Amino acid sequence: MNIPFLKFTKIYYIFSSILLAIALFSIFYFGLNLGVDFLGGSVLEIEFENRPENSVLQEKISSFDLGEYTIQPVGEKGVVLKMKEINLEVHQNIISKLNEVSPVKELGFEDVGPVISRELKGKTIVLVAVSLIGLLLYIMISFRKVSRPVSGFVLGVVSIITLTFDVLITIGFFAIIGKFYNAQFGIPIVTALLTIIGYTINDKVIIFDRLRENIIRRSSDDFKELVNRSINETLLRSLSTGFCTLLVLISLVIFGGETLKYFSLALIVGIVAGTYSSLFIASPLLVSWQKLRLKKR
Amino acid sequence: MQQKYYVFIGIIILAFLVGTFSYPNYFNNGVDYLNSKLSLNIPHFLDKPFILGLDLKGGVSLTYQADLSTVADKSSAMSGLRDVIERRVNMFGVSEPVVQVQGEDRLVVEMPGVTDIQQAIQMIGQTPYLEFSEQKSEEEIKYVENVLKQVRDIQTKEGSTIKDIEKIKDWQFALQGQSAFFKPTELNGKYLTKASVIFDQTTYKPQIQLKFNSEGADIFAEITGRNIEKPLAIFLDGFSIIDTNGDNKIDAQDAYAPIVQAKITGGEAVITGDMSNKTATSIALRLNSGALPVKIGAPISQEAVGPTLGSISLKKSLIAGFYGLIGIIIFMIVFYRLPGFLASIAIIIYIAINLSLFKLIPVTLTLAGIAGFLLSMGMALDANILIFSRIHEELKLGKGYVVALKDGQKRAWPSIRDGNLTTILVGVILFIFGTSFVKGFAFTLVISNLIGMFTAIVITNYLLKIFLGNKEPKWLWLWR
Repeated sequence: MNIPFLKFTKIYYIFSSILLAIALFSIFYFGLNLGVDFLGGSVLEIEFENRPENSVLQEKISSFDLGEYTIQPVGEKGVVLKMKEINLEVHQNIISKLNEVSPVKELGFEDVGPVISRELKGKTIVLVAVSLIGLLLYIMISFRKVSRPVSGFVLGVVSIITLTFDVLITIGFFAIIGKFYNAQFGIPIVTALLTIIGYTINDKVIIFDRLRENIIRRSSDDFKELVNRSINETLLRSLSTGFCTLLVLISLVIFGGETLKYFSLALIVGIVAGTYSSLFIASPLLVSWQKLRLKKR
Repeated sequence: MQQKYYVFIGIIILAFLVGTFSYPNYFNNGVDYLNSKLSLNIPHFLDKPFILGLDLKGGVSLTYQADLSTVADKSSAMSGLRDVIERRVNMFGVSEPVVQVQGEDRLVVEMPGVTDIQQAIQMIGQTPYLEFSEQKSEEEIKYVENVLKQVRDIQTKEGSTIKDIEKIKDWQFALQGQSAFFKPTELNGKYLTKASVIFDQTTYKPQIQLKFNSEGADIFAEITGRNIEKPLAIFLDGFSIIDTNGDNKIDAQDAYAPIVQAKITGGEAVITGDMSNKTATSIALRLNSGALPVKIGAPISQEAVGPTLGSISLKKSLIAGFYGLIGIIIFMIVFYRLPGFLASIAIIIYIAINLSLFKLIPVTLTLAGIAGFLLSMGMALDANILIFSRIHEELKLGKGYVVALKDGQKRAWPSIRDGNLTTILVGVILFIFGTSFVKGFAFTLVISNLIGMFTAIVITNYLLKIFLGNKEPKWLWLWR
């Protein structure tokens, strides 16, 4: 089996750019539907004996100052109420007010103050930056013996570019489902993003590893041909390793609870994007970079 | 016998141990059956429960930020605060509470099983109150003793109820224990500036030095003046500041009451006596915590999870994990036949090892932690897939299966190493910089990845070698 992956480099670049543009457009146009962990605020999860209509609930709580709030039905009887940070008194009053409609059981309450949410934003940026730099260093060290025709540094930079692509696609996806399905972008999603970085780099490493081996074994071959051969040789395992993890994740999306559902969905999007980007972005980029270098000479 | 058979026996023993440790019910039921049939006395296998986080078993978690702007020794102020709050939470009757200092000025209080967030906040919210109490006068003490006697009489009478006791005037003395014999003075923690441990210059015994502010110095002088050769008890939140009767808990039966030797002016006093270094340090620490002007105010973050929500989350993720596992096993067997089957056995051993470790360390399992574990389950097979694909390649080159197996394992190693280390690297970064959700995830992710590397490389490969023997397989189609 030898699929000429690198024949359509231009098409991949155009397609990837379109995907990226859609993601970026969604992020900037829709914005992210940030969760309470980033915005600060309170989330109240309750269960009614007989759940009333949203409009009835709205009327009941309209007397409280809740900022911009959302009422989201969950399951058959549950309701999740998201609002600005409220104190204990308001919390109790809301419950007793809703009790008038139908007996209410409080399932959970979460409140995040502005100090914590501000701190989280800062921490998240540090986390992403440290992870990317850590991986760049790792690739450079791991591939330090590769010098011709591409150095470990170039492999590292190409990996970081594709990882950024994977992450942006996932964030873009969440901007879209945040807009249309009210999915929250919170800590679990950030955790998923970082896991995506750590995991999808494996596909790239597998291809680079093979490339390294092929460079040593067949030093005279055309570089483009070597890259293509490496992709072909590792294609099946790239697909099946991702597939096993996807099986677990899909199961979590279908059967898992609310928190893990979106967390797993983020990982699924990221892993699919990662497999795509190692085949159709990382490898063509290596070849293009090599071409550019030859031209300069 | 060859080395690989020893390893095989080792794998079976390991599988038995971790399997029984993670779910001892079957083994223990079997033992019960044997014991009853054969009247033996085989002991049960160690039954250690999993520790579940608040999000899975329900409870309240509160985060406080202490105002440390006026405190010089921040870490001792925080640990003093922690001790006091821990005691309050214990008094509230919470089982297994966790009170932790986080960072420099944060205090996290986790109370499993508590549902009333309002009551919890009120109980924790007060600043610890340190008071110096003097002995009551003789008539007062007689009165107290008289009340206590009446209560005891009723208690020993048959058929008496708490209602009968409550009829006695001032019956509450019976609950106060030692503190019933003392009455508060004007002196309290507000006037204490510092308590520290010093050492006597001749005997080298530890002593506790108290320093009061100028207002406190005057009050202290007056109190010591009227209480010479009498005890002056120190209470924190109404309880003795240390355990004095040696039962390792601080309750109403304890009272820490040094005897006043002389009238002390100048606001500096020393408590002497036969005490260990540790006792002296803990007294000073608690004196400081009562003296703390540390305010914690309202919690900056709170979370309450009802018990039903928690158990639903747990059940859902376990079901998801189960179907995921079935999915991977089918996939592995369909695509990789016998090696895939052996890898599936290895993955089940992997699950048991992980669960055992979670019990043993112990890891507090949260929803995020379970996600990390399940995700790693999928990733753990990556190493197997890499090895199996390599074996296919080596076979294509015309090698025999025995050689292909050996070469395949060797060649796949760099990719496996790089792949797992990058995931572990991100896991470690997440653990260092992350919040509690992230930490729970990262911890299990890293542990499970390490175990996954071990099971894929050691267990699966030895199983392959043992099933293969030293000859070429008869049915090659089963192996590729």
